[in-house]
Amino acid sequence: MAENILTPEEIIKTGELVFKKTKLMTDANLSYCPGCGHGVAHRITMEVIEELGLEEQTIGIAPVGCSVLAYEFMNIDMQEAAHGRAPAVATGIKRVYPNKTVFTYQGDGDLAAIGTAETIHACNRGENITIIFINNGIYGMTGGQMAPTTLPGMKSSTSPYGRDVHTMGYPLKITELIAMLPGTSYVTRQAVHKPGLVRKAKKAIKKAFELQMENKGTSFVEIVSNCNSGWKMTPVESNEWLDKNMLDYYPLGDLKG
Amino acid sequence: MEEVKLMKGNEAVAEAAIRAGVDAYFGYPITPQSEVIEYLMAEEPHKRTGMVVLQAESELAAINMVYGAAACGKKVMTSSSSPGFSLKQEGISYMAGAELPCVIVDVVRGGPGLGTIQPSQADYFQVVKGGGHGDYNLIVLAPATVQEMADFIELAFELAFKYRNPAVILSDGVIGQMMEKVILPTQKERLSDEEVDKLYKSWATTGKKNGRERNIITSLELVPERQEAHNHHLQAKYKKITENEIRFETFNCEDADYLLVAYGSSARICQKTIQLARAKGIKVGLLRPITLWPYPSEAVNKLADQVKGILAVEMSAGQMVEDVRLAVNGKVKVEHYGRFGGMVHSPDEVLDALETKIIGG
Amino acid sequence: MTEEIIIAGFGGQGVLSMGKILAYSGIMEDKEVSWMPSYGPEMRGGTANVTVIISDERINSPILHNFDTAIILNQQSMDKFEESVKSGGLLLYDPNGIIHHPTRKDINIYKIEGAAEAAKQKSSKTFNMIVLGAFLKLKPIVKMDNVLKGLKKSLPERHHHLIPMNEEAIKVGMGKVIEVQTV
Repeated sequence: MAENILTPEEIIKTGELVFKKTKLMTDANLSYCPGCGHGVAHRITMEVIEELGLEEQTIGIAPVGCSVLAYEFMNIDMQEAAHGRAPAVATGIKRVYPNKTVFTYQGDGDLAAIGTAETIHACNRGENITIIFINNGIYGMTGGQMAPTTLPGMKSSTSPYGRDVHTMGYPLKITELIAMLPGTSYVTRQAVHKPGLVRKAKKAIKKAFELQMENKGTSFVEIVSNCNSGWKMTPVESNEWLDKNMLDYYPLGDLKG
Repeated sequence: MEEVKLMKGNEAVAEAAIRAGVDAYFGYPITPQSEVIEYLMAEEPHKRTGMVVLQAESELAAINMVYGAAACGKKVMTSSSSPGFSLKQEGISYMAGAELPCVIVDVVRGGPGLGTIQPSQADYFQVVKGGGHGDYNLIVLAPATVQEMADFIELAFELAFKYRNPAVILSDGVIGQMMEKVILPTQKERLSDEEVDKLYKSWATTGKKNGRERNIITSLELVPERQEAHNHHLQAKYKKITENEIRFETFNCEDADYLLVAYGSSARICQKTIQLARAKGIKVGLLRPITLWPYPSEAVNKLADQVKGILAVEMSAGQMVEDVRLAVNGKVKVEHYGRFGGMVHSPDEVLDALETKIIGG
Repeated sequence: MTEEIIIAGFGGQGVLSMGKILAYSGIMEDKEVSWMPSYGPEMRGGTANVTVIISDERINSPILHNFDTAIILNQQSMDKFEESVKSGGLLLYDPNGIIHHPTRKDINIYKIEGAAEAAKQKSSKTFNMIVLGAFLKLKPIVKMDNVLKGLKKSLPERHHHLIPMNEEAIKVGMGKVIEVQTV
């Protein structure tokens, strides 16, 4: 069957080009499951950095979680942080290079469980960094365990009968907490499971980086996303489920700025 | 022009850091080393050299701030005391894996747990033998004077950058809290951003400039064959450090019948013990390791040919004594003596132990 | 010359700063010095002590259990440190608040009414300098002009106007020291 596989040149006929991959995404195959929102979130983040001309001055920080290998795909200088520590790592970078652009890219377990202290305190100090927070309500990389943002009643491998809020606590609306902190300039919740929402999310990310460049304090963009593997659904089902269930608990829109 | 001052060990660390041209200090207060960050905050080094000082929300955050700034090629440090050092272990393992230079000062207090705030040397295992996960070594310097607290800052950074490895200054509550005369080093210029770009362009993440490959700082390698190869690379580096960087000093060893082995404040106490012993006609010498890793094993082994017995003196239940025994390899008797849990042995107590455990034993 | 001294009393009596001034005076005299405090939460209102060593040679152990001189300023410290004075050594104490006076027969014992003198001068802050004066009268290991230089070094600039008052207190202490026993 190998001879039937098209080459990139055969697929992309320059004359008909309507979309071009940003040069700030590498050619490495994305390790994310088909249907996952990470790929889109990566791409729009890198497009923004390219469009703002920040390529040579940006340092990104990958978390621990599904996007632990984000540095394989984001074609800029990157650091890999310990689980939850990305905002502290970003603080270290930004304090010695106040004129560079620094962002973290973190999942819900990383940012809202093990790294809650680092997240809250970096935002509270108003570090001039941008935080991109992917919330899919589950630990994807380690095989679908309960996350701090897992919805009430939602099943995971560590809440196999559904999240019981009386024993397992409530889903943490950390973005709402972050919005209360005077150190943050812009706090917003976005999604990327529909084309219109992708465009909005990209606009939000752009605003977040622009505010960083103006030294306005921490800018924070949550992206409510799906995890079809962890949720044990098809990609289409997972997007529908997200739309129906996640957005009630995590409503989209700007919380601040 | 050299400047003589009376300073606490902790203050000497802080002032020496400013003068060494350190770019940033990230820390969290803990007794008995809080004077480091207090001195730095009062001194406002951002006005003197541009040095950044930040009080983090935890030791964990502090070491990860060090990680971030060190990964940009900057000269960065932190300091803590034992329970805080335990918290930093995560970040230290990551920095060892990612091969990042930095300096960590540990002013040791008694444990385990919250323990006591009084002096101790019971962090030897967690600093010298690892403590974090994985196969790695830290370069460990053990100052015995306030002067060395100041001098070792520069030396630790030099070694950290030479080998791209974290370096630790392993001190204790005695050296941190006591005041002695210090001759302060002259002010060194901090490196400019351009100099950092040029010197460390092969690895530092300062933004992917045109014409250079992008830099990635990570300790992750999911392919085990590649992770093994990385570990081999680390081990080769550790071998090179062991071959080149062992430091120690000896006192009264020429004619010694017995040997004391001690580092840091215990080495100071043992020098007085030597005086007391020699006044009684007992010929005792002292070997003081300055680097605890790499350890001066060969020097200890050689002296084992000469002496009748060795007493390892440390404020712990017996940690460094294991390295002494490995070095001596059964040639002569090796015993441990030390007060611990925050108690400090006196020169007379050490002499008593020498007489009962080694000479009479 | 090596002089190994313990100064012990309550937190707030100026024990640590007396030691610091003594250590700085030693530096002014080109001697080797070490100053090793007790530290921790017990400092405020509890007991405080500091070991000061002044020597012509490099100082080895900053930690000692026996001393040439013990300067004792409260009962707890008397209970703890009377025994630690070397035979033939010096014990200098302020009898204020002392119930059990020293009983050793093999050491030199002197008293200084530091608290009483400070009260007379209406300045409790000079208490430690009165005691320091008494010590320097008994063991003139550093010269007076070097003590003044040491004072200047150890006090922050905003307190330099207090130096003459401290100098006066040291002189008072020198004149008021009382012999209890000599061996």
